[in-house]
Amino acid sequence: MTVAAAESYPDDLRYHPEHDWARIEGDEATLGITWYAQDSLGELVHYEPPDEGATLVKDGTYGEVESVKAVSELVAPLSGEVVAVNRKVVGEPETVNEDPYGEGWLVRIRLSDPSEVGLLLDAEAYATLLAEQ
Amino acid sequence: MVPFAGWELPVQYEGVIPEHRAVREDCGAFDVSHMGEIEVEGPRAIELLQSLLSNDLERIAPGQAQYTLLTNERGGILDDLIVYRLDLLRFLLVVNAANAEADYAWLKERELRGSDVRDVSGEYALIAVQGPRAIDRLGLPDAPAFTFAEGELGGVACMVNRTGYTGERGVELLAMADEAAALWRHVLGRGAVPCGLGARDTLRLEACYLLHGNDIGPDTDPISAGLGWTCELSKEFTGVEELRRIRKEGPAWRLVPFVMDEKAVPRQGMAIAEGGEVTSGSHSPMLDRGVGLAYVPASIATSGTGLTIDVRGRPRHATIVDRPIYRREE
Repeated sequence: MTVAAAESYPDDLRYHPEHDWARIEGDEATLGITWYAQDSLGELVHYEPPDEGATLVKDGTYGEVESVKAVSELVAPLSGEVVAVNRKVVGEPETVNEDPYGEGWLVRIRLSDPSEVGLLLDAEAYATLLAEQ
Repeated sequence: MVPFAGWELPVQYEGVIPEHRAVREDCGAFDVSHMGEIEVEGPRAIELLQSLLSNDLERIAPGQAQYTLLTNERGGILDDLIVYRLDLLRFLLVVNAANAEADYAWLKERELRGSDVRDVSGEYALIAVQGPRAIDRLGLPDAPAFTFAEGELGGVACMVNRTGYTGERGVELLAMADEAAALWRHVLGRGAVPCGLGARDTLRLEACYLLHGNDIGPDTDPISAGLGWTCELSKEFTGVEELRRIRKEGPAWRLVPFVMDEKAVPRQGMAIAEGGEVTSGSHSPMLDRGVGLAYVPASIATSGTGLTIDVRGRPRHATIVDRPIYRREE
């Protein structure tokens, strides 16, 4: 059975208002969905990933995650080219519920415009946004 | 909580998947008090109901229940329901919440002298307790499906109905509305896991029980839907001539269950390349795959046939299967 993670918004990540996170590592970034997003959806049963090599455009959609109840489009927090897709999540989508910021990452991209990072929210600003919802 | 036919209903308590598993493995409880109840009583009650319902009511005795359909002149399905024969001259119809008012109006307009039709929806609460351990947990004796008896659980008098919508053994408990909370607490105290609408839908889909408004409706007929077994075509009831014609000529479409061959979750309204569309779709927690029901051309509606479902622009392969989609190994 899936053991859901406890609510958290790590300080080392940057956040998009559509409930996606980015971990910046040099000219690459790892992307995923936030605790809030996975909790709203419930246990994930499907991850429709982009192809490796696909181009992501900031604020555009790049794939889907789906629970029994609902489907949600994935919004790219940053622009870039997909260099890796998390195959573990394709096979076991509930990994996202168990560990949204670790094992449950979705894609890794090579950033095409690193300056976009400055447009994202820090953990505090994202938590404030959630509190206002 | 979500609004549903004027009621506020929980989609889930702990989560659709754990609730679904609880019902398949042990015992779950659903508050389905939103279901409507209509009582028909009198010396001509059976005459009225035989002329409006598709199944043959003469086949059931007091203490027995029957799955049946309320049909329109075109043979379409106004509602699917369970009728309980309370005694020779008195029947209780448990109908879908969204159709309760329309069903009542339909029956009331056709009332005969000697058949009193009453909407008693507000008087009753209905709690379904379902799963392989449901009967044990409630301390009830075994009884055949589609029978009922008066009983008492936790000090609450109720009608104990051996019916359900999950494909598991279990009961549906009909009690007075003001005692619903006490009955609910008693059932949970016996270890039933509270379940919401989400699990109710995935369970019924695995069992291939149809959902009125999705899989069947006023514009779909029982023969195409695979509900021909609920229609006694040798008696006279609303729309029977049209149903005899469809039976004789064969339906153009058939409702079939299918299982996805690829990872994808089919949803209501998705088009099928071979013709037709999905009427119910979800993820089966037991099969860990997408599953659904769809109307397809009758010529291809056989188990083993491949379908191509348009999942938001992506073609995804599925295979037609026999009913039910999932049955637990006993």
